[in-house]
Amino acid sequence: MTNSFEYNMEAVAWCPGCGNFALSRILREALEELGKKPEEMVFVSGIGQAAKTAQYMKGHMFNGLHGRALPVAMAIKASNPELTVIVDSGDGCTFGEGGNHFNQQILRNSDITVISHDNQIYGLTKGQASPTSEKGMKTPVQVYGVTNEPINPIAAAVALDASFVARAFVGDMENTKKIFKQAISNKGFSLVDTFSPCVSFNKLNTFKWYKEHTYALEENYDPLNRKEAFGKALETDPFPLGIIYRNSSKKPFWEMNIAYEKDKRPLFKRKLDLNALKKLIESKKIH
Amino acid sequence: MEDLSLVIVGQAGQGVQTVEQFMVGLLKGTGYNVFATKEYMSRVRGGMNSTELRVGSGEKKVRAYVERIDLLIPLHKNAIEHVKHRISDSTTILLDPELIDESKYTQYKCVTVPFTKIQKEIGLKFVNVYAVGVLSGIFKIPHKSGKIFIKERFSKKGDAILKKNFEAFEKGHSIGENLKDLVPEMKKDPQVVNEILLDGNQTVGLGAIAGGCNFISAYPMSPSTGTLTFLAHHSKEFGILVDQAEDEIAAINKAIAAWFTGARAIASTSGGGFDLMCEGLSLAGIIESPLVIHIAQRPGPGTGLPTRTSQEDLNLALYAGHGEFHRIIFAPGSIEQVFHLTQIAFNIADKIQIPVFILTDQYLVDSYYNVKADDMKLVGVEHAFVETDSDYKRYEYTANGITPRGIPGLGTGLIRVDSDEHDEWGHITEDMRGVRDKMTDKRIHKKGKTISEHPTPIPLEPFGGHDAETLVICWGSSYLAVKEAIEEINDPKIAGIHFSQVFPLPKESNSILTKAKKLLLIEGNATGQFTNMLKLYGNIEIPNENLYLKSNGEPLSVEEVKKFIGGAI
Repeated sequence: MTNSFEYNMEAVAWCPGCGNFALSRILREALEELGKKPEEMVFVSGIGQAAKTAQYMKGHMFNGLHGRALPVAMAIKASNPELTVIVDSGDGCTFGEGGNHFNQQILRNSDITVISHDNQIYGLTKGQASPTSEKGMKTPVQVYGVTNEPINPIAAAVALDASFVARAFVGDMENTKKIFKQAISNKGFSLVDTFSPCVSFNKLNTFKWYKEHTYALEENYDPLNRKEAFGKALETDPFPLGIIYRNSSKKPFWEMNIAYEKDKRPLFKRKLDLNALKKLIESKKIH
Repeated sequence: MEDLSLVIVGQAGQGVQTVEQFMVGLLKGTGYNVFATKEYMSRVRGGMNSTELRVGSGEKKVRAYVERIDLLIPLHKNAIEHVKHRISDSTTILLDPELIDESKYTQYKCVTVPFTKIQKEIGLKFVNVYAVGVLSGIFKIPHKSGKIFIKERFSKKGDAILKKNFEAFEKGHSIGENLKDLVPEMKKDPQVVNEILLDGNQTVGLGAIAGGCNFISAYPMSPSTGTLTFLAHHSKEFGILVDQAEDEIAAINKAIAAWFTGARAIASTSGGGFDLMCEGLSLAGIIESPLVIHIAQRPGPGTGLPTRTSQEDLNLALYAGHGEFHRIIFAPGSIEQVFHLTQIAFNIADKIQIPVFILTDQYLVDSYYNVKADDMKLVGVEHAFVETDSDYKRYEYTANGITPRGIPGLGTGLIRVDSDEHDEWGHITEDMRGVRDKMTDKRIHKKGKTISEHPTPIPLEPFGGHDAETLVICWGSSYLAVKEAIEEINDPKIAGIHFSQVFPLPKESNSILTKAKKLLLIEGNATGQFTNMLKLYGNIEIPNENLYLKSNGEPLSVEEVKKFIGGAI
């Protein structure tokens, strides 16, 4: 079955069996089911194997620099709120090089969906530790094992009171799709930290490992309770999958910005108010 | 006397800025040509700061810094020491005996004014409004003008405070009237009353608005912050999206993304902040994004002298960013040029899809003078984005290297930009013999030719002597000091030339410069960055002894330019 978001698929540059295949397929299906059109989508990415996802998604694309996807996504949405903006990038790009951008776009409540393809390793640079790598993992750089604590993106996002915080695993397609759909529909900052195994460089966190070390959140779990969400966020073995925290009461960044107070149109549709400009120049007569 | 220089010195937090703001407005409003510039320390309270106000008589425009002080108002016990090197026989000091020990300064011409005593009697925290009153009396500024300013500033603070400030102004005014013979008679020019007052930072902001700017994401950094606050202040009336960025890396990425989406964005910072933007600049290079960057220079390296002035970041602007791509660098020399070139920067960036720089510096952004509102010509916002159809290719090869730029949401085309090398559709590629060569030809050769054919916005023309054998070269904010010095020297054999576009060098550079028998060059750095550019790109060599390089952080004065020219010819 073809999907309207398939794009340039013959060029796909992932290893056979890579989690990114499943993730991008789930994302395409989610978009189709949401009734989205490629012309309203902007796929933003940094650099890395996960960041190549945008190359194979039909829509507008901004494939920027390593670590810098979030500021780009923030500004695209803020310049044209009619667009749906999705970031696909890896754990290194999102939490390593782009760590402060991650914090700060959450605090703004930028109206974007960030799908962090989390494989707990650096793939494109061939197997060094990532910010989410487990302590003790040996790599060509961390020859004697990782000594850093892994970042817990879910706990960090809850701490920053992100609008939508979820964890998914590409091995659980149906639930991941449901999560993606809700994340994209959420008006505000949505994080979906998505386990997506690297078959070439991470021999520890494999498909099988993720299956054995994750569980779906109970149906009666209430993501609106921030204290409980913190509790869930701190669980790491097994990792809970699902929507861990929601706060939909917050307005998105663009809506709170004075630029949209009177005029809801995208910035490019507006004309400079020449009378206001002349008035401003005149106002400089009196200092 | 054609003009007068008065200098107010005090601690940060003492209200020296208030005196400057009031006096600039009051003098202009009364019909005097006025210029103001300040030097200040990188601290919120204490230290020693000063403001120079130049007042021009009649039609004499005052637009540059002079070292000379005609009237000095020291508002702190250490104030005289701070400007001692500028005090001469022509200086009169309005000395407050409660603040300053008169016996220490008997070698100077001093007139006592009881600033502190009156301030205490009235019960005010600051002496500034009283000082404004004294100066208003000296310059015969009408009482009612002063009161309007005071009302505007203090009415929110309640009637009691307002009344005290009125009283301070009145008392100051009557003292000032008795002191009016301290300064020569200054003529008013009724034209000036209707002119406008702008400083450089406001003008970058105003030029940006007039250039269609509707997006700024910036991280505060002296001395560029005034541009950000000006745009923030007017964000509501012009629908400008203002974001205080988490860092300069984010700021430039957001600016590029805003352009991608059809907005017009400015990245405004100082040298240190721009260091962080270099990676983003290179991104703009490969994705062929329009971008306008304002760098308000200050002395480095590192944190350097945060609130002082320099022209040290020309090389930085010119060579920043990995890989090869084009850029244009403007270096305006006056308020009018700042306004004109900032507007033009937006249109050119949009049209040619390259980064365009506005290089200012602390001196320029913190200096005010009066200009005719009519001289602030509107260029017009020329958007260059196009409506796309479904087979749109963002990087389609074209004869002039420029692909019409589509934006998301306008037409049916997909806009795909890629920081990796890419083909015409924006697809990532490693096809080196095919695509890479063609894209280099598009971005570098074809676009380079298009840029070289683009006229310099402000033509390169010598000023001053009509029969010049000596040409004094300057760029950026040195312009008006050099211009005034050359006018004063008034020698038909000496002219000046100002580069408001420093890169690429205007086509006519070589032919104009080679006509002169002798070339002198003045710039605000220690290594001769523009001198080297002229050598490298203009085939113009200027010997070291013909250079005046100033890099101590102080503004360039008219006097030192005169002295340099006098010594060099």
